[in-house]
Amino acid sequence: MNNRTLPYILILPVTIFLGVFFLYPFVLVAQQAFTTGAGFTLDNFTKVTSHWKFSTSFKNTLLLAAAVVPVQLALALLMATMVSNMKKGRDLVLYVWTIPLGISDLAAGIIWLAIFEQSGFLNSMMHGLGFIDRPTNLISYQSPALVFVAIALAEIWRATAIMLVILVAGIGLIPKEYYEAAEVFGAGPWKRFTRITLPLLRPSLSTALVLRVILAFEVFAVVQALGGTLYPVLMGETYKYQFELLNGGAAAAIALIILGISIAATLVILRVLRVPKGASI
Amino acid sequence: MAATHQTRASGRFVYVSGVVLLCAWVLVPLYFLLINTLSSPEAVNAFPKSFIPEFDLGSLTFFANFSGMLSALKNSIFVAAITMVLSITLGAPAGYALSRFEFRGKETFRFLILLTRAFPLPLLALPLAVMFIRTGIDDTIFGLALIHTTLALPFAVLITFSLFSGIPMELEEAAWTLGCTRLTAFTKVVLPLVLPGITASAIFAFVISWNEVFAAAVLTIENRTLTAFLLQNLDTSPLHLKFAGGFILVVPALVFIFAVRKYLFAMWGIANR
Amino acid sequence: MKFRKLTGAVSAMALILGATAATADVLFWSTQAKPVEEAQAMREQVLSGAGDVDYQPNDGGPWLTRLNAELQAGSGSIGVLGALHGDFSAMDPADLVDLDGLGASASDTFNNLAMLGTDNMQYIPWMQASYIMAASKEALPYLPEGADIDALTYDQLIEWAGNIKAATGEAKFGFPAGPKGLKHRFFQGYLYPSYTDGVVRTFASDSAVTAWEKMRELWAVTNPASTNFSFLQEQLLSGDAWIAFDHTSRLAGAFNERPDDFVAFPAPAGPTGRGFMPVIAGVAIPRTAPDMDAAKTLVQHMLKPETQIATLRATNFFPVVDVELPSDLPPAVQAAGGAVAKMSGSADANPGLLPAGLGSLGGEFSQLYTETFERIVLGGEDIRSVLDEHKVRLQAIMTESGAPCWAPDAASDGPCPVE
Repeated sequence: MNNRTLPYILILPVTIFLGVFFLYPFVLVAQQAFTTGAGFTLDNFTKVTSHWKFSTSFKNTLLLAAAVVPVQLALALLMATMVSNMKKGRDLVLYVWTIPLGISDLAAGIIWLAIFEQSGFLNSMMHGLGFIDRPTNLISYQSPALVFVAIALAEIWRATAIMLVILVAGIGLIPKEYYEAAEVFGAGPWKRFTRITLPLLRPSLSTALVLRVILAFEVFAVVQALGGTLYPVLMGETYKYQFELLNGGAAAAIALIILGISIAATLVILRVLRVPKGASI
Repeated sequence: MAATHQTRASGRFVYVSGVVLLCAWVLVPLYFLLINTLSSPEAVNAFPKSFIPEFDLGSLTFFANFSGMLSALKNSIFVAAITMVLSITLGAPAGYALSRFEFRGKETFRFLILLTRAFPLPLLALPLAVMFIRTGIDDTIFGLALIHTTLALPFAVLITFSLFSGIPMELEEAAWTLGCTRLTAFTKVVLPLVLPGITASAIFAFVISWNEVFAAAVLTIENRTLTAFLLQNLDTSPLHLKFAGGFILVVPALVFIFAVRKYLFAMWGIANR
Repeated sequence: MKFRKLTGAVSAMALILGATAATADVLFWSTQAKPVEEAQAMREQVLSGAGDVDYQPNDGGPWLTRLNAELQAGSGSIGVLGALHGDFSAMDPADLVDLDGLGASASDTFNNLAMLGTDNMQYIPWMQASYIMAASKEALPYLPEGADIDALTYDQLIEWAGNIKAATGEAKFGFPAGPKGLKHRFFQGYLYPSYTDGVVRTFASDSAVTAWEKMRELWAVTNPASTNFSFLQEQLLSGDAWIAFDHTSRLAGAFNERPDDFVAFPAPAGPTGRGFMPVIAGVAIPRTAPDMDAAKTLVQHMLKPETQIATLRATNFFPVVDVELPSDLPPAVQAAGGAVAKMSGSADANPGLLPAGLGSLGGEFSQLYTETFERIVLGGEDIRSVLDEHKVRLQAIMTESGAPCWAPDAASDGPCPVE
């Protein structure tokens, strides 16, 4: 088998598959963004961006992603390192930490609403501890900061496991000897982490980060469950245009805008975390 | 001596309490879900909420008698299983190619694969459904699995890529010099080492397929998955049934992850090279 | 040629890998009766005598996407559609089979609406509901002096909720301002008719300004978490709301669980009457239905008096044909039915009809009222300027759709003008 054609043969099935099941419908839908029934036009884009809710939802989406993803990255790295250093019981701990992966975002929204709503568990706890004697409205329009915190917490809870699984799978292949050698030379745990773990984890890190950021820009179900109409995000507006206003062109336009910021973010992350040519890892 | 012993002990204490704290962070909200699942409707709506479940099985019994649950459950499992097989079979070779070869279009390929997750499926569902109806794979388990595989492929390709990248080429070359063909070297030497990556991809494929609701609702009618069948109805249902239904939807995914958890770690002895 | 072979291979594989056995099921593709208990009741009681029917309730998104996919592909599995008037009026009437002769409701207004602007019935009215108010009995002592709960005015309602807030320190009026809430129908069918005696013509009138000022006053005594509320039965049961406004079927849970704790009563009245709006759900047959005869039989089955009563028990939606209501109906039905009857029978009743003739712009129309609420009440913007800004958009919608005015607006020649 020719060394030059082998890689292309190996990626051919995926390419064909994604071509048929993603590219084909994508092209059809993206086309809609550029027409309003009468030839090529950018009207859909002007229409959606000039709507008074657009800049809020744009800002909200970016803000939420900027608040949540770094925290999740740090948390996932911490958890991955902790679990790799364990001897006994690590199967169980890893299992517990990956449980949120199996929970759909709709179910996560239901769970966290039960915590934050007026007659929910958080209020019950505070009442039980004597901090309040009446249930308080934590997630109302009068406390937008709390709404944001609630949404961020729910998202951190739900989606950290995504990065954790990817990182754990990658950490396992860092040879233990490197750490042992570093210990012999007197490197403390932080130095071992920054000098060995992080660099060798680069491919997994970039994968985890890119996938998480892309998914973060598409956040919707949890935001709707906890914030109701208070915290509009881009994906919510997309669905509104598509299913309530029955305007496929506008929906496609916003979806392309989301795609645009995803592309920008991906390029940045891939560049910063690129694996140098020739390195075996 | 005593000082280092003390710092080591306190370091251990911080470590262990960190682990416990993080476990509690994950488990407590789920415990609340369990409480509400096992409570009577009155308790679910009451304030303050009790922190001990009443073990009232009323909500769960309702679902036991909800017609159509079992076949929907079966459909979900089949779709998820096919998704796993397909995404790994298609994705692992691509991950291998990305890690071992430098070829033209490699970076673009990787970039484009990532971006397939950046466009929402509910918008793509209409042309896909038209295509499915016209080609006759509409309302089949296999057809839905194809869509779920599309969602899971980026994870499969890129996770296996990052794992293959962590295995030195020398290992494979050593196997070649010892008489293995490229394929046997791959299956006997490399594959066991990337088992964590395969497991991670399998977990993602299963979970993505299990929790996907929109395409399942549009593309399966007679052969509905459990999510399409149940999840859509939950958000308008009374609170106690919302929780019980949510609980039922969560359990099989948890069982699956439990079953494969140990494969996420590189196997002892082999990783210690 | 190659594509055909590929299609053949794929189809063969599909048959092997789990295609379904051909069944004589009629697929009843609906957006109604979504709560699990209602879906169960539909399958086991309402449809048990109708032969092989597969009842599948869905969210709006998948419902619409599947339907459009079948219409585009030219063939499909859906036999009968069940949805609200608003969903049908957004469709192209050519996609629905004309249903004249299969039956009709007892109300000419409904039957007219069901024609969707054509000369034939595009859907048949299936069941109806409305929005009422409900209150926990704990709230009753705080009623203002001399107020009759069955004939409140908005000012009295505001005073009532204000009394509760003063006494308990919390705002206990619940309003469905959540993302799945039906607040746009409140503004279109209740607020505007009660204050402006119109809905489109009077959108930006001075009486509309008064209406929104009243809404602000009401909001000041509304539970601020209402932006999360979509089903007020939950808040009534948990005590987060003592007075609530919502759809009859979204209040039903409270009455059925604790019938002795709650009362139902009509919506309040404003200076120009007691505005209210009936909601109609209908059944229709798409042009791509696989078995036209079976579909028509199912449609007729839904209109039978026994089926209508069974539907009432299952979904808390009321019949549209003349039936004798039995005496053993669930508490929610009795309470809601009483309130609706008082509302429509009151001397100052001022019904607002469902929007008609807007086609696919129906969503934008309703969205405009929701946004007006969000900007004026939640955002605190100046009422006059928001109304003037939105008036332009509303006129554009009316002109583009060409829809004439509907009650309580006076009839118009051509598109309804926004004055």
